[in-house]
Amino acid sequence: MIELLLQTGLNALFAAAYLSLVAVGLVLIFGVMGVINFAHGELFMLGAYVVVALYTNLQMPFFLVVAIGLIFVGLVGILMEMTMFHPLKDNPLGGLVASIGFLMVIQALIILGFGVRMEHVPPVTQDVIVISEKVRLPVQRLFVILSALVCLSALWLFLKRTKFGWALRASAQDPEAAMLQGISTRTVSIIALFIGAALAGVAGSVAAPVISISPVIGHSVIVSAFIVIIVGGIGSLEGAVLASATYAFIHTVITTFVDGVIADIVGLSLMLMVLIIKPTGMFGTQDRV
Amino acid sequence: MSKPKLLILFSFLLLAVILIVLPHGLSYSQREILVFLTINILVVSSYRLLTLTGEWSLGHIVMMGVGAYGSALYTKELGVPVPISMVLGALTAGIIAWGLSFPLFRMKGFYFLIGSFAAGEIIRLLWKRFRDPFGGPKGIKRIDPFPDIDLGFVRIDFFDPVNYYYFALIIVVLCLVILWRIEKSMIGLTFHAVHWQDKLAESTGVNVRAYRTLALVISATFAGLAGTLLAHYIGTVNPNVFDIEQMVFVLTWAIVGGTTTIYGPIIGCIILTALNEIVLREMGLEQGRPLVYGLILIASVLFMPKGLEDVVKKVIDWIKLHVLTGRIKNV
Repeated sequence: MIELLLQTGLNALFAAAYLSLVAVGLVLIFGVMGVINFAHGELFMLGAYVVVALYTNLQMPFFLVVAIGLIFVGLVGILMEMTMFHPLKDNPLGGLVASIGFLMVIQALIILGFGVRMEHVPPVTQDVIVISEKVRLPVQRLFVILSALVCLSALWLFLKRTKFGWALRASAQDPEAAMLQGISTRTVSIIALFIGAALAGVAGSVAAPVISISPVIGHSVIVSAFIVIIVGGIGSLEGAVLASATYAFIHTVITTFVDGVIADIVGLSLMLMVLIIKPTGMFGTQDRV
Repeated sequence: MSKPKLLILFSFLLLAVILIVLPHGLSYSQREILVFLTINILVVSSYRLLTLTGEWSLGHIVMMGVGAYGSALYTKELGVPVPISMVLGALTAGIIAWGLSFPLFRMKGFYFLIGSFAAGEIIRLLWKRFRDPFGGPKGIKRIDPFPDIDLGFVRIDFFDPVNYYYFALIIVVLCLVILWRIEKSMIGLTFHAVHWQDKLAESTGVNVRAYRTLALVISATFAGLAGTLLAHYIGTVNPNVFDIEQMVFVLTWAIVGGTTTIYGPIIGCIILTALNEIVLREMGLEQGRPLVYGLILIASVLFMPKGLEDVVKKVIDWIKLHVLTGRIKNV
């Protein structure tokens, strides 16, 4: 029983790792641009397909491909900022609809390029860390957990220790005051979109060998990410990470012991409950409606 | 009769003739699309009633599903005759929406959007999870069709898309008239007040919460009715018919069409459906359809933020001016 629980905990840790990367990116974009990026799950999917194209098909080294995935998806984020979110910055509902349009475009492009079938990415390593007879952690999953740790620490250092990070936090808090201090909010929003998208991309790339990839995986990712950012308090990065861990653990435990649909229902009920009791989320600081 | 009134009467007559003749000029599959389009017009128009109060829901399509599942179950499990079960299905959607209003109207704006998504998705997943009575992922099959009408000299068979189209058209037009009357009544004016001046409305004694609830319940009831129209036409419902992707379509019809007029969402629905189902399909872009659709969505938000209705408004203004100058010349 304890072993099963430990194994479930490890599975949850893996799910929490890539989910927190996606959710933190989503929160970052919302904080700076005030727009909910519905296409964020598709950025995750795009990261996974970079691996399919370059690693599976062209046999390039895995970690180089992950780095390319990070930069490529980050650039797609900048493209979104320039074509949609910046022109629509006074129209949050319009930004949301535009991101839905973008979601359809990316999905269709991937289907045209790769087909609708599931893609299989061979793992980089077959090694498994055996903790006990029934508790095993494939090294490939460890990569995902480690890269989440690295990326999130790097983001934390960037936000708290650099001038750019300081400017970014300032414009998330109060764009007008930030502008009065001489911060270029345009530069900040481009950087935020790059980082937010790149985090989703790197999550998709590094998780690609472990998950099943299809053009529609973005859907389940974005739903989980929404639950996480609501439970964590929208606008709070630390909240998003903590909520990712909590949600991933609850979801994995229920999936293991009951079934997947019930786990989804519980997750959504959790979100609804947080919205009813404390709409600003468990770790949210201010109302941002 | 004065000239503008004559013009309005004439254009309504023309519209009626077009709507009646329309199915006869289409192929069988296009006739089926026409039936769905008619039903979807009711969905998006009822959705607009809720947006009058300023709230955007992502659970509206599930309310349509509640109507469809409700009506299907009443006929199958309880043996209720189809026309009555349709009314009951619509009412069920209204009652469920009333129940949901208690948690959901603790939220506003973006939180309401996400909260309504969560509530709707929970209902949808319950359909998916519980095989008894909802049929699980495969849903409910072999739902009783709308009964044939035997008038002695003519027998109307509702398996024929043309006949069902006329039936749906009558119901939808009736509902649109009711929705229009609601909007023009005191209730409708209060909806506008709740949207634009909720604090002021509240201070003059308007129960803002009650009016929000009323808008949600009415819109859900009409969505439920649209669901029953769908269920008894295709004869099967399953959870995927009412998922978030369908909701996204409803949302885009409303936004591309515009929501300040009653015809805005209808135009959005007609143009986007015609584009998606007929133009792009005819061009043979089966897998590329979402690509073009998505690009059009982005372009319309970027370059037409006021929606298609704004274009129509300008045309109407032009005609008004034209008629007016014509009258001046006559004097």
